[in-house]
Amino acid sequence: MSFPWANQYEPKSDFTRWIDSRLPLPRFVYNAVGAGYPVPRNINYLYNFGVLAGVALMIQIVTGIVLAMHYSAHITTAFDSVEHIMRNVNSGWLIRYMHMNGASFFFIVVYVHIFRGLYYGSYKAPREVVWMLGVVILLLMMATAFMGYVLPWGQMSFWGAQVITSLFSAIPLVGESIRMWLVGGFAPDNATITRFFSLHYLLPFVILGVVVLKVWALHIPGSNNPTGVDVQGPQDTLPFHPYFTAKDFFTLCLYLLAFAAVVFFIPNTLGHPDNYIPADPLSTPAHIVPEWYLLPFYAILRAFTVDFLWIPAKLWGVIAMFASIILLFFLPWLDTSRVRSTAYRPMYRIWFWVLVLCCFVLGWVGAMPAEEPYVRIGQIAAAYYFAHFLLILPILSVVEKPLPLPNSIAEAVLAKKAKGSGIVGPGATGVSAGTAPAPAE
Amino acid sequence: MASATEPLSPEGGTVGPDGVRRRDFIYIATGAFTAVGAAAVAWPFINQMNPSADVLAMATTEVDIAPIQPGQAIKTIWQSKPVFVRNLTPAEQDAANKVDAATLRDPQTLAERTLEGSRNWLVTLGVCTHLGCVPLGAAEGENRGDYGGYFCPCHGSHYDTAGRIRRGPAPTNLEVPPYTFKSPTLIEIG
Repeated sequence: MSFPWANQYEPKSDFTRWIDSRLPLPRFVYNAVGAGYPVPRNINYLYNFGVLAGVALMIQIVTGIVLAMHYSAHITTAFDSVEHIMRNVNSGWLIRYMHMNGASFFFIVVYVHIFRGLYYGSYKAPREVVWMLGVVILLLMMATAFMGYVLPWGQMSFWGAQVITSLFSAIPLVGESIRMWLVGGFAPDNATITRFFSLHYLLPFVILGVVVLKVWALHIPGSNNPTGVDVQGPQDTLPFHPYFTAKDFFTLCLYLLAFAAVVFFIPNTLGHPDNYIPADPLSTPAHIVPEWYLLPFYAILRAFTVDFLWIPAKLWGVIAMFASIILLFFLPWLDTSRVRSTAYRPMYRIWFWVLVLCCFVLGWVGAMPAEEPYVRIGQIAAAYYFAHFLLILPILSVVEKPLPLPNSIAEAVLAKKAKGSGIVGPGATGVSAGTAPAPAE
Repeated sequence: MASATEPLSPEGGTVGPDGVRRRDFIYIATGAFTAVGAAAVAWPFINQMNPSADVLAMATTEVDIAPIQPGQAIKTIWQSKPVFVRNLTPAEQDAANKVDAATLRDPQTLAERTLEGSRNWLVTLGVCTHLGCVPLGAAEGENRGDYGGYFCPCHGSHYDTAGRIRRGPAPTNLEVPPYTFKSPTLIEIG
């Protein structure tokens, strides 16, 4: 897709003309991330995190392929082979620390990306499929990260595998058979580590495939923007290249600076020291925690401590944990407000920040031992998480009175500029009057 | 079912009086054949992930229980799962017997969880029925929880001196594996 005013691809040499008429790859790139893709001119720095997530995925794939050349997927050698990478392999320490912290950074940028989508209503029509593919990617990322964490076969690896695969044993009747099918034995063992290695290598490429679908789906309506107002004409957009490629490279530099700082100076801060102890099937670490990016979901899992409605507490916890993510698939239909951007939703803006706080609280509780007062705090936060999506959003959509929307993106940009330079707004409203605004959608 | 006098359908082939074409049968037969074939090919690829023959081989474990003093417990391994063998003190047996089993989440008496004539020997899997952690309480000095049995540190399940779930998220009591006494001081699990 493209807006009618998008630049058209013109081959510049005989060679590109020859190629373009046989395999129109240059044209494809030009229309996807080049000058042929118009982007709303007012998108802010929060819109750079999608590209950063793409870079994070590539870093994981490249470092992962290299690590697989030195790693040995067997319970007797896995732990030693990771130490071998750290001590003997040339630059092995660097590549492993990049892979280890790259996962954390991937989740950081993806979480910012998700909350940006929540704030500006990027999940609403016509971008529902873009959002849902994003949720698919999040699920795949979690599965991949979990299986990768098992591979070093340290204490947290082993017991993480035990706890997560045991989630499936909560399913009535067939749960235990499914658990044994997943781990290939009575407990995590060699069959588990080999299959996890195989799948851990496979899934990033599946993620890459879904990313391609997601970018494809995004290019149909084009990017959302901080006003949430639809693009109406050329005055609302700028070509992706060179404006946004330059902006993306700037944030990429900042991202890599932060990444390098962590990799070189505090590479183990985000990990757990117990995973440097070889796995021992006879001794559970005193305090099992997943990696930080899974903590909020872990807190929801643990929030259920009593049986309720004939369903045991264990099954409730598992249902709630999966539901907390599956719920996001339905978000475009739970929030029926026609205003996309939270900037124009004064009531929702408050609840949005409560949700952000709630997720941080869940993450904090997930890292704490299963005792009071953390259990109670976790229960309250988990209850809010579900109430936010299932009660507050649908009700707000009906009762909230949104602020007046700008007539166009250009008008909003110019009004903001006028305010910034001390000239008060209303004069700017007439700017887009010259162009007949096309009807939205 | 079709005869030469029946009309031709637009796609060709004859249509019976009930509107069914001979070609419909071919479509359904082809579809059914393909589905069965796909399932037959898929099954080995699914089944390969189930426990392999060597894992399933029913290994039994013999445990010498002579050195375990009353109040003590040991950890051993059976089918790659930890097993707790505990010598209950009379006080611990009394504590377990005093509880009305009907009030428990997973109602069982101590007698149902031990063997006739050896009520002091409690043999359970050391696998928390919540999410599979190894509970504390078997080794000397470990936290035995609020009911004096076992305590799972992962998510806070408390088991009593009969290995029964009393508080926390675990749905059932610690599992009692099949075992027999080969002699008064030797048990065989499995």
